[in-house]
Amino acid sequence: MDAVDPNSFSGPSADPSAGALSGDGVSGDGVTEQRVVHLRGAVALLGRFPALAGVDLDINRRRIVLLRGPNGAGKTTLLRTLAGLVHVSEGEAVVLGVDLLTDRRSVRQRVGLLAHTTGLYDELTVADNVSFWSRAARADRSDVDAAMARLGLDGRLRTVPVGRLSAGQRRRTSLACLIARRPELWLLDEPHAGLDQEGRDLVDQLLREATDAGATVILSSHELDRSLQLADEVVTLSGGVATRDS
Amino acid sequence: MISQTPTEVTGPTSTSSRVTRVLGFLALVSLGVLVLFGLILSPPDASQGEAVRIMYIHVPSATVAYLGCFLTTIGSIVYLWRKSQWWELVAYAGAEVATLFTVITLVTGMLWGRPTWGVYWVWDARLTSTAMLLLLLLGYLAVRRLPADYEVRAKRAAIVGLLLVPNVMIVRKSVDWWRTLHQKPTLLANGLDSKIEGLMLFSLFTGFIAISLVFGWLIVHRFRLAWLEEQVESEGLDLAIAERRAEALVGEVAP
Amino acid sequence: MIHDAFLVAGKDLRLEWRSRVALNQVAPFALLVLVLFAFALDPDRGLLEKATPGLYWVAVLFSGLLALQRSFSIESADGNRDALRLSGLDPAGIFLGKVMAVGVQLLALEILLGIGVAVLYTTPITGWILLLVTAMVATVAIAAAGTLYGVVAAGLRVRETLLPLLLLPVLAPVLIGSTRAFEAALGGTPSEGWPWVGLMGVIAVLYIVAGVFGFGPLMEES
Repeated sequence: MDAVDPNSFSGPSADPSAGALSGDGVSGDGVTEQRVVHLRGAVALLGRFPALAGVDLDINRRRIVLLRGPNGAGKTTLLRTLAGLVHVSEGEAVVLGVDLLTDRRSVRQRVGLLAHTTGLYDELTVADNVSFWSRAARADRSDVDAAMARLGLDGRLRTVPVGRLSAGQRRRTSLACLIARRPELWLLDEPHAGLDQEGRDLVDQLLREATDAGATVILSSHELDRSLQLADEVVTLSGGVATRDS
Repeated sequence: MISQTPTEVTGPTSTSSRVTRVLGFLALVSLGVLVLFGLILSPPDASQGEAVRIMYIHVPSATVAYLGCFLTTIGSIVYLWRKSQWWELVAYAGAEVATLFTVITLVTGMLWGRPTWGVYWVWDARLTSTAMLLLLLLGYLAVRRLPADYEVRAKRAAIVGLLLVPNVMIVRKSVDWWRTLHQKPTLLANGLDSKIEGLMLFSLFTGFIAISLVFGWLIVHRFRLAWLEEQVESEGLDLAIAERRAEALVGEVAP
Repeated sequence: MIHDAFLVAGKDLRLEWRSRVALNQVAPFALLVLVLFAFALDPDRGLLEKATPGLYWVAVLFSGLLALQRSFSIESADGNRDALRLSGLDPAGIFLGKVMAVGVQLLALEILLGIGVAVLYTTPITGWILLLVTAMVATVAIAAAGTLYGVVAAGLRVRETLLPLLLLPVLAPVLIGSTRAFEAALGGTPSEGWPWVGLMGVIAVLYIVAGVFGFGPLMEES
């Protein structure tokens, strides 16, 4: 598993020598190196609305986990919470060994969040955008070019302002920014939305490569057929609480 | 009167308490004494005539307005440093009450200016910097009253509040320089300082006491009101969580 | 922090260069203000010449306000705040970067307005050094205070109206100071201008310190 394909951008930048892990890291209630996400009764408020109303969730390393649930169930809030963007007001929340109740900042650089909103600058070109966000995350310059090539953003597309792209091309640009960072935990909010058949296949392939290289993936999707095939585990979110499907 | 005692940290349960009833009574009595001495017993000034009586309100109001600004800055610092909502509300109360007294200072200053200078407004250093103080306070209140979540309003207002006293000092300094390079500050030149004695001095002293008591009473009540408002808003979190969880039962029906 | 500052400043300036809003809209507006002043104050009675320093800085302040609004409108896209928080950029670096980008644009505006004033109003210059130092220090003060209050107002529907209310009273001392210093440099005695430069320096330092420490908490909400 340590032999990561040099052309894959999916692996985390600091792979904590996964092979050296001994025993079953999943036993007990504590947080081990195998356990990437640990939530117990986690409550997150959006204003005064409890978007997460006591979530229990444990996710181990190198898994692909599908979040499903009706609109307004809290999927997006859960992903943003795991990225360290939303304050957890009650319960326990540990992501990548970082306690989110005391420190939300240090987890942010190690996760990659693909949200509905892109955060891209419409007036800058694709290449400028990917280069700015990747350099902000201290990514290698070679990774940046390769990431764009991987997402099919080479040639003429590089110099097109993001504002003139189609929704699918924007999504590809966001994905390029994400894989150039080599996150340890991928948090994807409906990654298949807006992409063509080829793009969706590419997303699935990137996710498999990511977990092969030691990363963990949590995605929400309404494309259940495709995602169920991809996912190792399925978690259903409803009314701000999570239940695991076996 | 606004010192922090352990019981107050947990917060008041009503805007009224025995201490504030006594405080309010004393404020009313001292205002009565101020009216007696300021309007009736004290003599008119030799040079300013009856207009000097405005001073008994004007000078104490200006002083407590600055006091309110200090409360706002101190409250903002402690809020940013320790996330203390108690102090954030002190800062808010300080700014609102300071705004009131700044307006009183400006209005009385202009009323005093009409008989003294012949016009309501001159670009006197103190008058100008008081007007700037009002604008700075209105900026703080505009942020504090934004239609947004409490955290958003409070944090942004605290940054503005933190800079309030430094800004007031810089504005005062620059306006002083600006005027003194051209003319002597009129209020000082027509001076009140040297001529105050006897009953006039006592009236001014009474004014300070009365206005300070009113200031304290207003701060305490404004703070308690804000505190109770926040309590009402944040109550019912457990209920909200229960309601949110109940949605899950409905959601279970759908796949 | 410095790396991040240059990265953000480079991004902002590149974006300005590509969109050319500053060049096509803010700069013509600044020149328009100069012409309007000439209409308002009859140029023949010598009023315009006497008021030149003040008019110059009022024009800088108003067109600078437009540049600041622009600097925050490019960060107002959905999800941009989240993206910046996830980016790994140091908040202090973001602040300094935006100050630098705004400062560069302000300097360009000041040069343009300076040429405009020299050509349109014909004013003699006695103190070049004072003139340049005043412009530099005032620019840093305006950019730093503007960026700090810009983020206080950022992301709100009332942004366009809130920023002038917060910023202009705070910049009043900078307007007074830079105007007096310019009066001293334009036909006055230059030595009278230096205390004002010092005062503006205090303001610039105050806002840079406040921004470096305050930007982080301001980005963290919700």
